[in-house]
Amino acid sequence: MPRSTEPFWWSLFAAGGVVAAFFVPITIVLTGIAAPAGWVREAFEYQRALALVSHPISRLYLFVLISLPLFHWAHRFRFILIDLGLKGGRLPVAIACYGGAIVGTLLTVVVLGQL
Amino acid sequence: MSPYYRPMARTWWLSTRAYSLFMLRDLTCVFIAAYLVFFLLMLRNVAVGREAYEAYLRFLATPGMIAFHVLALAAALFHTITWFNFTPMVMGLRFGEKRVPPRIIVGVTYAAWIAASIAMTVIVLRWWR
Repeated sequence: MPRSTEPFWWSLFAAGGVVAAFFVPITIVLTGIAAPAGWVREAFEYQRALALVSHPISRLYLFVLISLPLFHWAHRFRFILIDLGLKGGRLPVAIACYGGAIVGTLLTVVVLGQL
Repeated sequence: MSPYYRPMARTWWLSTRAYSLFMLRDLTCVFIAAYLVFFLLMLRNVAVGREAYEAYLRFLATPGMIAFHVLALAAALFHTITWFNFTPMVMGLRFGEKRVPPRIIVGVTYAAWIAASIAMTVIVLRWWR
């Protein structure tokens, strides 16, 4: 990676780290454990779920919640791969990681547009 | 001229406890990203319709997926704790002449995290109705 783009990716990493730290644990509890386990069945009933996530504010929130932590992943995973010895392929590693986050962000926009 | 990298064994992160915790903390991002992919699929199934959404909920209720989410939750909490505990080291906050003690910054951050988590729960479960 050219040195000059490093602060840009780092700031996305830091912003994603903050968003993940504050909001990912509770989102996992609600959508990954409570909803499938049927703890609060009426809250996750289809019409209510649809109404909640298709609200414009919810969609904006979901965009931030998904996209920024993907860039957080990209930055950290890039350095994990380099630290584990992929030093010869710094550029391909960077392209694969940040590219993955960009693809994920585009897919998020598509899905949120369908809601 | 190509830069010189000191040769290092690929298993360097197993050599001390501190290095292992460092690697473990960095690996939390993998679980968080994997969770977000499953979450995005959930939203996609909401967009598709009732049947797709209900089928996806049944898929998430399988033991493997519940186990994955419990593991992802542990990873996410580890990320939260390490992130919050290092915040005051990166962000030196000053109040007038005095430096705000790091433990106050950490305390306020945890309080804000708990408040945000409660707020999200109230919104998603719509306790006011």
